[in-house]
This record gives sequence, structure tokens and C-alpha cells, in this order.
Amino acid sequence: MQDKNLGLSSILFNRSVQGIFYQIVTLALVILAVLYIVDNTASNMVARGLASGFHFLGVESQFDIGMTLIDYSPTSTYFDSFIVGLLNTLLVAGLGISIATIVGFAVGIARLSSNWLIARLAESYIEILRNIPLLLQIFFWYFAVLRALPKPKQSLEFADSFFLNNRGLFIPDPVFGESGTLILYSFIAAILISIGIAVWSKQRQNKTGQTFPVFYSSIGLLISFVFLSMLATGFPVTFDYPELKGFNFKGGIKLIPELVALTFALSMYTASFIAEVVRAGIQAVSLGQTEAARSLGLNPNQILRLVIIPQALRVIVPPLTNQYLNLTKNSSLAAAIAYPDLVLVFAGTALMQTGQAIEIIGMVMGVYLFLSLMTSIIMNLFNRFMRVAER
Amino acid sequence: MNTEIKDKIEVTKPPIASIGVIGWLRKNLFSSWSNTILTLLGIYILYSIIPSFISWAFIDASFVGSTKQECSKEGACWIFIKENLKLIFYGLYPSEELWRINSMYFILLVCGIYILTPNLKYKGWVGSFLLILFPILSVVMFSGGFGLETVETRLWGGLFLTLVIAGVGIVLSLPIGVMLALGRRSKLPVVSLLSTIFIEIWRGVPLITVLFMASNMFPLFMPEGVNFDKLIRALIGVMFFSAAYLAEVVRGGLQAMPKGQYEAAQAMGLSYWRMMALVILPQSLKMVIPAIIGSFIAIFKDTTLVLVIGLFDFLGIIQFVGTNPDWLGFSHEGYVFAAAIFWIFCFGMSRYSQNLEKKLDTGR
Repeated sequence: MQDKNLGLSSILFNRSVQGIFYQIVTLALVILAVLYIVDNTASNMVARGLASGFHFLGVESQFDIGMTLIDYSPTSTYFDSFIVGLLNTLLVAGLGISIATIVGFAVGIARLSSNWLIARLAESYIEILRNIPLLLQIFFWYFAVLRALPKPKQSLEFADSFFLNNRGLFIPDPVFGESGTLILYSFIAAILISIGIAVWSKQRQNKTGQTFPVFYSSIGLLISFVFLSMLATGFPVTFDYPELKGFNFKGGIKLIPELVALTFALSMYTASFIAEVVRAGIQAVSLGQTEAARSLGLNPNQILRLVIIPQALRVIVPPLTNQYLNLTKNSSLAAAIAYPDLVLVFAGTALMQTGQAIEIIGMVMGVYLFLSLMTSIIMNLFNRFMRVAER
Repeated sequence: MNTEIKDKIEVTKPPIASIGVIGWLRKNLFSSWSNTILTLLGIYILYSIIPSFISWAFIDASFVGSTKQECSKEGACWIFIKENLKLIFYGLYPSEELWRINSMYFILLVCGIYILTPNLKYKGWVGSFLLILFPILSVVMFSGGFGLETVETRLWGGLFLTLVIAGVGIVLSLPIGVMLALGRRSKLPVVSLLSTIFIEIWRGVPLITVLFMASNMFPLFMPEGVNFDKLIRALIGVMFFSAAYLAEVVRGGLQAMPKGQYEAAQAMGLSYWRMMALVILPQSLKMVIPAIIGSFIAIFKDTTLVLVIGLFDFLGIIQFVGTNPDWLGFSHEGYVFAAAIFWIFCFGMSRYSQNLEKKLDTGR
């Protein structure tokens, strides 16, 4: 096709030669920019007398943190403060994801309800919450609602065991007695037996076509096993109830108001997005599927469980994990109401004290990057696994 | 004979309970026991929220007056908003220079109405004016120069600052996003790898860490002596952050383009850039306009985060006026007002994008 006598011009206009040339130029520009930034940074750091490297992680932090899930004191190291912040972030993300999923699915299904009023209510919930900035919602719940609550003495109470006041939310703390492990074992045994029943029933159905109520029998097994083991051991689970002592509550589990406000705002906000995801997923299953299932003689429950949900989930799960990731990243707004999460503790306090901006912000960004890369890897695996088998 | 029979048969009307208002109610609200319970629950929810909110926000509220003492105890004190309105809308911008902001608002409004009105000529020119000349003009008008008095950016604030940050984020991030998307789809491995890394890094971290980075690390990256404004640092952070998100949206549009379009453009002998600019991008951008507006809404809401690095945007100023000793205890009013304004902007944009989606659906 090409002329054998390649002149200079034909080399210049050759597609692959051009491609290599463009790539070399791009790479050179990027490397130059990086070198420029590195050089500037190095000279700036020398000029300002800033230390570099990760030695500071082993140094005593000398600051306290309001809420810690592990032992931590001002004598702990900066690395410990990193772990404390990370755990607090994961805690609020975990709580937020569970609540947002429940509320989001409920609202998403309500949005499709045949009941006109319920559908409109769900729609207003979605349209109001997702069009107001999250930070504003966090501020509202924290400053306007929780901080304005009464003092411990006049706290709002529920069933004499849940107390809400301006110091936080106090809930009972379950304490397991010595034989408490037996309950755990019987719980695990019930789950194993249920799995056995499910496998057996599947095999039997494949052979004979007879079905077995796996769901109800598993529920029955779980409840009866746990109840019987409790009865046998004489109810070893007690609750440590919060009690008003002096000016504050003692005992129970204390959830600080920052945590309550942040979890609440995050989960309500994300729920409005999850609701839309769920709605889109259910609507993506065509009506023909329902009709076909009905003509096969499946009952409404079976249609939902065996036909609609599996297909809707294929559409729902990828954007749902995206929302989970968004919630985790949004939990960094904690810094604005002083909930001690990773950003506030590490990129805030620790950065102020050490001045090592590059290392600290690099570590914090690394954590979030790691989380999102893991999520997208899992998502890709899921998509490969769930892909519709096409002819 | 036929007519005789017809006369004898009376046309039976449908039962009264299945048509009209009653029929609608029965069908949509009370079709079964469970539905009735749900309806009653819904009515209860409405009953417990709406009357108390209306009486707080309107009936018991105080609108007239200029001090805290003139506010009623039961209702909202909108005097608080009224008295701080200048601060909330313009921040600390000097009062005698406010005309500069207002005239730019006016130009924006006129151009916006012109573009949104159907069937007018020269829309392209007005659009290019808004995208190219208007930002340059705004910089001069807002910060000063050419005979105008200089206004430092630390005096900027309120809704004005929010609109500036969102506007810059939106206008500058779109071209960068398009370039990144093209880069990621490029057949040249180095270009595509670099674009992918860039996009994934920005998308993988929360905006708050980007802003922390912008305020703490950018000064270290620049040569000694170069010290640029806090606002510009935040703007750069917001710009790259939203560019990465837009890049993914645009990439979705590029991927949805049928291969035949590329092949046809190549068969016409178009070079890469002309193929992209004349054939691929116009079609694929049109396809993702709703998603692009969705990203704009996200940027607009995310601008509130700049308050963590000490800029007083709309929400920041609401927080700030709430701590004024003369006006303590009116945080509810502040938040409700801010929420209403943000909601109007975001809801308006999302409704506009839904309309646009219908209008642009010309393919099929």
C-alpha cells in the first residue's frame, strides 16, 4: 500500500510515528511539571525549615480525641491518632450505610406504591433532601436540633432506657454473662442447619419439583434455638442501662451528638439517592417479565422473589455501591462539626502540630483512594459475575 | 326492530363508587385494608409536619421590625434574615461597589433569558459571550482594575461567592473534563494511562481533602515568593475535582456513540481532532447533557465545603451571622432560608435538565 521510497514527509505524516511523538511530548511535559513541583516543594520546605519523612508517626501526639474506639491518650503516637480517626470514619460510614440502605429501599419502593399519597410523600422526601447541600443538613441536625436539646436532667426518654439530650444519645449496653457463648453457638448451629435445609430442598426440588418453605423454617429454627439456649442457661444477657447521676448519665453506651447528627444527616441524604437507584432498578425490569412469570403460574411472592428482585438487583447494585462510596467520602464533612474522623484528627489537628502537609494529606487521600479502588475492583468482579449470559 | 330494542335498553351508568372523585379515592387511596392504613399514616405524617411548620414560618412569624426584641417567641424571626440580607447576599463587599455585582447579575439574567427563549437568532453568539467574554469581564468587575477600585477576595462572600465558585467550577471544568475524557479513550497508551490516573485520583478522594490540599500544599508547590490568593487555590481544587467527574460523564457519552459514526467520519478523511469536534463530541455531549447538569448540581452543592478552609460562602456566612451576639438563637431561620435558596437553585436546574432531555430526544 505504501510507497517503498519513504520520504521525510511520509514519515512525518505516518499515524504511528505521530502517535509516538505525541506520547513522548505528553510524557515529557508531565515529567517536567512534576519535577518543577518537586523542586519547588523541596526548596520551600528547606526555606521554611519543615521536616520530611514519616518519622513523626512514632512521636507522641500530645492531643486528646473526644471519641476513641481504641485506647488512646495524649501520650499515644501520631500513628495511633491516625488509627483512631480511621476507625471513627469507618464507624460512621458503617452506621450510615446500614441506615441509608433501609430507609432508601423503603422510600424507593414507596415511590412506586399504588397508593397515591404514599408515592407523593416519598417523592417529596427525595426531591427535598437531595437538592439541599449535605453540609447544610449536617449543620441543621447538629446546631439547630441536637445542640438545642434539653440538658441531661430534662432529657427525652424512650422506654426508660434510651435517653436523648444535648450531651448525646444514651442507649443500653448488652452485657453477656459467662454462659453467653452458648447462645452464640446455638445461633451459629441454627444458621448451619438452615443452610443444610436450603441445599436439601433445592436438590429435592430439582428432582421431584416439590418445594419446601425454607425461609419460614429457618426463621423458626433461629428463634427457637436462641430462645431454648437462653432458657437453658437462665437468660445470661443483661443490659447496662444508662442512669442519671449528678449532671450526666453513667453506664450504657454513649453516642456523642456529633456522631448522631452526622450519621443521621448522612443516611437521610444518601437514602434519597438510594431511593432513586432502587426505583430505577425496579422500573428497569420490564412488565413482560411479570406477565410471563404470572402466566407460568407463579404466585405474587414468587414473582417478586424469583423474577423481579434478581433482575432489579443487577441494575441496582453498581450505582448502590457508588452511593456507599459517596457516603464514605461525604463522612469527611465530619470535620465541619468537629466529629473526630480521619480528616479532622489527622488532616486537621495532626497537620497543625507537625506541619507535614504532604505526608499527612497523602496518607488521608491514600485511605480514601484505597477504599474507592477496592470498591471498583469488587464492582467489576460483580459485573462480570452477574452479566447476562447472552447467546 | 333494532331501534326498538335500543330504546328499551337503558344505558346503565357505572356505579357511583367507581368514577369521579370517589372512584379516584377508592382506587388510589383506599383500595385495600393495607392501603387504607398506609393512607392514614401518610395523612398523619402530613398533619404532624405541615400545620406546625406553616404556623412557625408564616402565621406566627415576624416580618416587620429591625431588632431582635420585635420578634415573636413562637414563630420564625425573619427580621434576622432581613437585617443581615446584605451580608448574606454579598458578604463584606463594600456597599458603594455593589453595583458592580448587580450589573453582572443583570447581564447574566438578560443573556440567560435570551438563551432560554425558544426561536431566537444569534443564540450561539450570546452563548459564546457568556462562556468567554463574560468570565473575563466578571474578573475585572469583581476584583477591580481599569479604573475600578480593587476589592480584595477576602471581602467576597455570601451567595455571591457561592455563585462565583460554582460558576468558575462549571465553566472551566467542562473543557478540562472533555479533554480528560478524550485522553482516557485515546489509543495512545501513555495519554490514556495518565488521564485515567488523574481522573481516578480526583474521583477517589473527598472534596474536603482536596480543599485541605489546596490550602496547605499548593503554596509549597509554587516557586518561592509566589503566593496566590486563598480563593484562587480553592477554585483550582474545585475545578480539577469537578473536571474529573465531568470526564467520566463525557466518557459515558463517547462510549455510547455507535462505532459507525467514527468509521464514517474517518471514511470522510477527517483528522482525529476534526472528527471529534465536528462529529463525535456534538452528538455525545448532547446525549449526556442531563448527566452534565447533574454534575453541575453536585458542584453547586459542594461549594458549601469551602467554609472549612475559611471562605465565607452562602452557608458560611449564615453560620457566621448566627454567631453574632445581637442575633443569637436564630439558627433555625438561617438554615431554613439557606435550604430554601439552595433548593430553588438545584431543583430548578434538575427540572430544566428533565425538560431538555425531552426536547433533545430527537434521535428516535
